[in-house]
Amino acid sequence: MTHMSADAHPSSGPRPGDAPSDIEPVVEMTGITITFPGVTALDDVSFRMFPGEVHALMGENGAGKSTLIKALTGVYTIDAGTIRVGGTEQQFAGTATAQAAGVSTVYQEVNLCTNLSVAENMMLGREPRRLGRIDHRRMNRRTREVLARLGLDIAPRSRLGDHPIAVQQLVAIGRAVDIEARVLVLDEPTASLDSEEVDKLFEVVRSLRSQGVAILFVSHFLDQVFAISDRMTVLRNGRLVGEHLTRDVTRLELVEEMLGRELEVLERLDREPSRQPDERRTPVLRAVGLGRKGALAPVDLDVYDGEVIGIAGLLGSGRTELARLLFGADASDSGTVELRGRRVHLRSPRKAVDQRIGFSSENRRSEGVIGDLTVAENMLLGLQAARGWLRPVPPRTRDQLVTKYVEALDIRPANPDALMRNLSGGNQQKVLLARWLIMQPDLLILDEPTRGIDVGAKAQIQQVVDDLARDGMGVVFISAELEEVLRLSDRLVVMRDRHKVDEIPNVQTTTADLMAIIARDEEVARA
Amino acid sequence: MTTATASDVSGRSFVDRLKGYSPPSQVLPVLATFALLVGMFGVGSIRYEGFASPQVVLNLFVDNAFLIVLAVGMTFVILTGGIDLSVGSVVALSTMIAASTLRAGWPPTMAVLAVLVTGTTLGLAMGLVIHYFEVQPFIATLAGMFLARGLCYLISVESIPIKDETFQSLSAASITLPGELYVTPTVLISLLVVAIAAWVLHMTRFGRTVYAVGGSESSAMLMGLAVARVKVGVYAISGFCSSLGGLLFALYMLSGYSLHAVGMELDAIAAVVIGGTLLTGGYGLVIGSLLGVLVLGTIQTFISFDGTLSSWWTKISIGVLLLVFVVLQRFFTRREVS
Repeated sequence: MTHMSADAHPSSGPRPGDAPSDIEPVVEMTGITITFPGVTALDDVSFRMFPGEVHALMGENGAGKSTLIKALTGVYTIDAGTIRVGGTEQQFAGTATAQAAGVSTVYQEVNLCTNLSVAENMMLGREPRRLGRIDHRRMNRRTREVLARLGLDIAPRSRLGDHPIAVQQLVAIGRAVDIEARVLVLDEPTASLDSEEVDKLFEVVRSLRSQGVAILFVSHFLDQVFAISDRMTVLRNGRLVGEHLTRDVTRLELVEEMLGRELEVLERLDREPSRQPDERRTPVLRAVGLGRKGALAPVDLDVYDGEVIGIAGLLGSGRTELARLLFGADASDSGTVELRGRRVHLRSPRKAVDQRIGFSSENRRSEGVIGDLTVAENMLLGLQAARGWLRPVPPRTRDQLVTKYVEALDIRPANPDALMRNLSGGNQQKVLLARWLIMQPDLLILDEPTRGIDVGAKAQIQQVVDDLARDGMGVVFISAELEEVLRLSDRLVVMRDRHKVDEIPNVQTTTADLMAIIARDEEVARA
Repeated sequence: MTTATASDVSGRSFVDRLKGYSPPSQVLPVLATFALLVGMFGVGSIRYEGFASPQVVLNLFVDNAFLIVLAVGMTFVILTGGIDLSVGSVVALSTMIAASTLRAGWPPTMAVLAVLVTGTTLGLAMGLVIHYFEVQPFIATLAGMFLARGLCYLISVESIPIKDETFQSLSAASITLPGELYVTPTVLISLLVVAIAAWVLHMTRFGRTVYAVGGSESSAMLMGLAVARVKVGVYAISGFCSSLGGLLFALYMLSGYSLHAVGMELDAIAAVVIGGTLLTGGYGLVIGSLLGVLVLGTIQTFISFDGTLSSWWTKISIGVLLLVFVVLQRFFTRREVS
């Protein structure tokens, strides 16, 4: 790396992973506290990194990983504590000052400008200049060098947006390593990479490590964490729970430390006896030949009280399309829907809500969460909309409902006045669930309710779904995770290529069975 | 992993390369605008005698020099994803300040300086409000628009003629080109502004940061770029361009008047959009805005050549063109996303 001087890494340096008492940590954060209105995101957390190590930062969503990273990279200012980089105390007043101190970051979502060229994305801010004008030729040449080191063969002048996400990710890393980085933060760098690309990334990471760079690695993939990291720090609920050498920890110990008590919920769920839905009665919802041209071939579906229908299928198989048709979010152009034996025409979500159907969208952020409202307001949104603006929810009812669901769903922080956007993904999802539960629907459609949230919250949401069905609600549960669908469902509907290809009772079904159905030959499926 | 296929270009014949040539996508909208301009002139020259003469083309520049300068400033702002509604009012205010200070006996250089400082300061103030108080650019510059227009009336409700000799002679001056053609000094100023703007946008860190902010402000921030400087800077630039445009307008009209340039901000925005700059920011070239102004000018020329058409047809055709271009942009960006 051009700008990493050779003397930064002593050839007799520490063996990766050793806790070298004679070596100064390159990053030393002590007593870091960060609060947002209503939320303490980090509470007295200490954290250190040594040169030449890959350090994994572990924790569920909402544990405070992102917040800690943003404190280290100058995005957030800290309320208490000190940050020392390279032995000197730092007051980061923005990302630029952190970068100047040698901390550079590759964020989870590629934070580059797709409208600019590859070279500009890599160099902008410190591009070679001559008399105030950018020396494009020198910039492209240097970009080509960095790209070559990353094993990327793309034209520096090409527009970044024309390349796939994986390439953009590597360009982002290229930008980070071209800065004279002492500390490189990789926040979920492998989320959008295939295994070959991951190998390439790890190669780059290892070569940087051998040059004395401290690398902070954050990932949900435990395999990768154990493959690449030397040391790890575990956070839970904004607190530090442990710092270990990776080789001293087993996977189970790590998971237990990350999850705390939530693990028990998952285990209990697996042990509980299955529900006994009453299928002799009229179904709460019966769809016959429901379809929409270009979105979904006609589908028959019955949902009874007290059962969970799991919908399995790959991305684009028509799962979400089915959910949206059932809720009236998209208009159907064929088929009929009966609710409790009565024919209805669901023209709009509003109509569906009137008929006591609830729908939680897979796009939590854009189709659910209203970040600038409080938890309580988000929860009551549906109820208020259903009542109409002339009949406000009485404050007492409001408080009762909110308190009840914050407790029932274990929403953290347990503060109804916290702003929604300050909650972690899993807690936001719980609030959205509460929004529908408050309206006491007969039928609840959940599209990917557990996507992108941590194991603990996932288990809690699964528990809630299970409880709801036991209490007699009909639930349509959509998830890309087959294990989850299998764990929760009474019946399974399998979708492929916008067709319903099978419907089976969930008795001793395994993921392999489901995958076989999904992958089954078209001819067999029709027969 | 994708790999570039640039290395195998050399082996192909020139014709093959020409066939395979596709212009960089950022130039496409500008080419479309240029094609439109050429097409309009083609139609004009068939329908009206003398339409396609060189002097008619030059007059487009002469009659729209001030609008070119405004459109340049507006391009900076729109490239960051903002908008500046105050430019028309700042033009009016500039003519008023110029006319009143000159009437009060100020030397022309001082009057010019006063105008430029006022415009730039106004723009700077709006930029600071937009960035640091996180006010919508639409609202902040709307306030600026009312403020500047109101200040005009504070100076005078009547039109003030400009009788200063320097301004008079500058206004009458013309530069003769070979072939009995002429342009005014204002044209040279406006083209100089375009050239400087293009240079700044493409060759300086400030310019590239303008594009980066327009592409994704949060990314630009995380990349450690000077987002604040750029976001405030573009409004200062727009303010400067508006006041400079106001001076050119004062030379064109030789008067200061509160009701000058009513709605001109919309002409400037229209020119920028027709020139291919995306209103969402990040994509566009300043040369496109120049072409956009020329398209607007050509429509007016059409109407004056025809003689029977009402001048309202200018507005109608601008409206239609704007709609067409915005819809085209929509397709352009859709393709981009997918």
